[in-house]
Amino acid sequence: MMDYNVLWFILIAVLFTGFFFLEGFDYGVGILMPLLTKREEERSQILATIAPVWDGNEVWMITAGGALFAAFPHVYATMFSSFYMALFLMLIALILRGAAFELRHRHDSLVWHQVWDKAICFGSAVPAFLWGVAMTDLMVGLPIDQSMIYQGTFFDLLTPYSILGGLMTLCLFTFHGANFLALKLDNEQLYVAIRRAGLRSFLGAFILTLILLIIPITKGLLSFQSAEIVVFVLAIALLLASAIDLKHLHEKRAFIATGGSIILLTAGFFLAMFPRLMVSNLNPDWSLTITNAASSEYTLSIMTVAALCLVPVVLIYQGWTYWTFRHRIKIDTHHEY
Amino acid sequence: MDIVLLSRWQFAITTIYHFLFVPVTLGLTLFLALLETCYVTTKRAHWKEPCRKLLKFFGAIFLVNFAMGVVTGIVQEFHFGMNWSEYSRFMGDIFGAPLALEALTAFFLESTFIGIWVFGWDKLPEKLHCACIWLVAIGSNLSAFWILVANSFMQHPVGYAIENGRAIMTDFMALITNPYVIGEMSHTLFSGIATAGFVLLIICCWKYAVDDASREVFLQALKAVSIYLIIGIMGAMGTGHVHTQYLAEAQPMKLSSMEALWETEDPAPFAIVADINQEKRQNDTEITIPGMFSFMLYNKPEGAVQGINQLQAAAEQQYGAGNYIPDVTGLFWCFRLMIACGGAIAGLAFLIGGLAWVKQDWLLKYKYLLALTPFLLPLPFLANSAGWFIAEAGRQPWIVVGLQKTADAVSPNLTPGEVFITMSGFTIVYLILAIIAFYVICRIIHQTTIDTANDEGRAL
Repeated sequence: MMDYNVLWFILIAVLFTGFFFLEGFDYGVGILMPLLTKREEERSQILATIAPVWDGNEVWMITAGGALFAAFPHVYATMFSSFYMALFLMLIALILRGAAFELRHRHDSLVWHQVWDKAICFGSAVPAFLWGVAMTDLMVGLPIDQSMIYQGTFFDLLTPYSILGGLMTLCLFTFHGANFLALKLDNEQLYVAIRRAGLRSFLGAFILTLILLIIPITKGLLSFQSAEIVVFVLAIALLLASAIDLKHLHEKRAFIATGGSIILLTAGFFLAMFPRLMVSNLNPDWSLTITNAASSEYTLSIMTVAALCLVPVVLIYQGWTYWTFRHRIKIDTHHEY
Repeated sequence: MDIVLLSRWQFAITTIYHFLFVPVTLGLTLFLALLETCYVTTKRAHWKEPCRKLLKFFGAIFLVNFAMGVVTGIVQEFHFGMNWSEYSRFMGDIFGAPLALEALTAFFLESTFIGIWVFGWDKLPEKLHCACIWLVAIGSNLSAFWILVANSFMQHPVGYAIENGRAIMTDFMALITNPYVIGEMSHTLFSGIATAGFVLLIICCWKYAVDDASREVFLQALKAVSIYLIIGIMGAMGTGHVHTQYLAEAQPMKLSSMEALWETEDPAPFAIVADINQEKRQNDTEITIPGMFSFMLYNKPEGAVQGINQLQAAAEQQYGAGNYIPDVTGLFWCFRLMIACGGAIAGLAFLIGGLAWVKQDWLLKYKYLLALTPFLLPLPFLANSAGWFIAEAGRQPWIVVGLQKTADAVSPNLTPGEVFITMSGFTIVYLILAIIAFYVICRIIHQTTIDTANDEGRAL
């Protein structure tokens, strides 16, 4: 029988996967909104695609954080304190973004809209970038000492390699967002711009993913097992397929493909990490693993029952939301608040 | 300043700010759910449309408030790991579970169904739409429950063991049935109702006073709101009283500090005002009612109450040398501030509510006085903040009473410079947002007209 520690590693992976899949397109839509058009009615049309769901999607991140705290408190403690300044930036970004979604439409003035549009774009781009930085840092390892305490500074988090990782997720989420918009908008005039933006961000994500995988292998920075290589190759293939689908106007397939690619990349990340959750580059024995960083078996058993009962329910009602708002957003739709 | 003090300031600022919005959310979701239930079930056809407009109007105000609560809430969850990593390590086995359960049971529920509620007016049948706001109300209050389960453990640890220097959960049921939870949860729930009720009361008074076209609708709203507010404030007072009595056994140091009772006395007097000298550990001067403190605790004018100095001696015996006395001056005055604000709210609720129900011509005659009520808006927020100050400052120097000290809980890898930057950053962003949110809510109130005759009413 699988033990609780492994199960919780998988559950954390599932929560982060759900988060990247759902918030990925939210971030992408936020980044693209001011870049695609200057017309107010089109911008609010773009925002209307995620307006009913972004808050629920963000809860995936909160839940992933909470689950990390409950199941692997040492990881939560070390990760959040070592990423201190980065998380501060992310929190400010998320605060501005969340406030902007609610406040933007409360006042009809050009300046007001422009300010909040910038907040939404900035507030989406910063976390999209920082998550990539964090994932690459976690994979390569951080200076963590034997008492699980981070010994570096903010700037140790920003290596050239991790910045590439950040740019990769930025492009990937933008691409995912473009596919989501292509799927959800009913606006022929915007399609050209969406496709152009989508294909450009695809190119970025594609090249950066290749670089990110090739550099560490050639330099001996990381060593991947064959299973992980298969997963990563599949992810890249899906990315490519998605670009082709977007080019040929198969919006649904394109969106599913970027989604699948995000799922596989996240799965590959967690496969490469297992059984570690944070890697120490000072001494491999000081890494935080599913055994030395975990909660007691009693807590894990309680949380297992709760998670296995509740996550399916959440999936059902979140699925129902997407069903309720399944129709394409028309430009003249009157959005009632 | 050191990182402990800076981190405490940061936590205090962000938490108090977060809790400006939370009680409004708790009480307002419940009110909206009740209002929408009336809207769906009402048989009086001519009230249907005004009722819908009221829903949208209060709903718009609620949404701005809710958004502020949500965005500042994310900071709260991250804080424990960012600034208090040693606390998270020590307590993670116990503290993480309610936090994760809060996300799983409450955050998903409220954030998902609020989206459907806002955008689903024309997409869902009336009753299903109404069910959505009930789920939001349940979700919000459930989230309060889980976080108070976590907080109650810090105040009054139960169901745990210490293993390898960490607190380990041994009894989940004990954790969620902690008697401290009952006190905190009921008091928070009623305070939420009272806070939202008071905000609604002020909005109704203002609209009644200055907006002739909307007067009739807001008079009716005022009647309903005043009842809601009276339930809330009386409940808050009652639960607060019972919880304070419970503190005599659960946290005597906090209780005696709230009353600045330095020496054990039987019967103990109640100090109305006191010039507290924390250094000499005494009150330089005080005005007291003899026996009153004992009476408030035990419902009879006798019974010993332990003094701070005796409790300090006992704590030194149990935990070793150190200062175990919280900020007595702060606790003493915050307690009085909370009581005064609560009393003022109750008085106003009965006065205005009474007039709305039985003496409407007086209400109309003195409507210029009603137009001044917005100046009283800070009352419930002061009471809430003072209440949390008592709860949290009252357990110092402990972060978890008897188990871990606040000074040992902070993240060891941070520098004062970093914490200073984040503290200032959060403060500035929060201040700007507060001003904008206040402006937007005022705009909504100003621009909305709801009359009974036609449908010119427009809720943004």
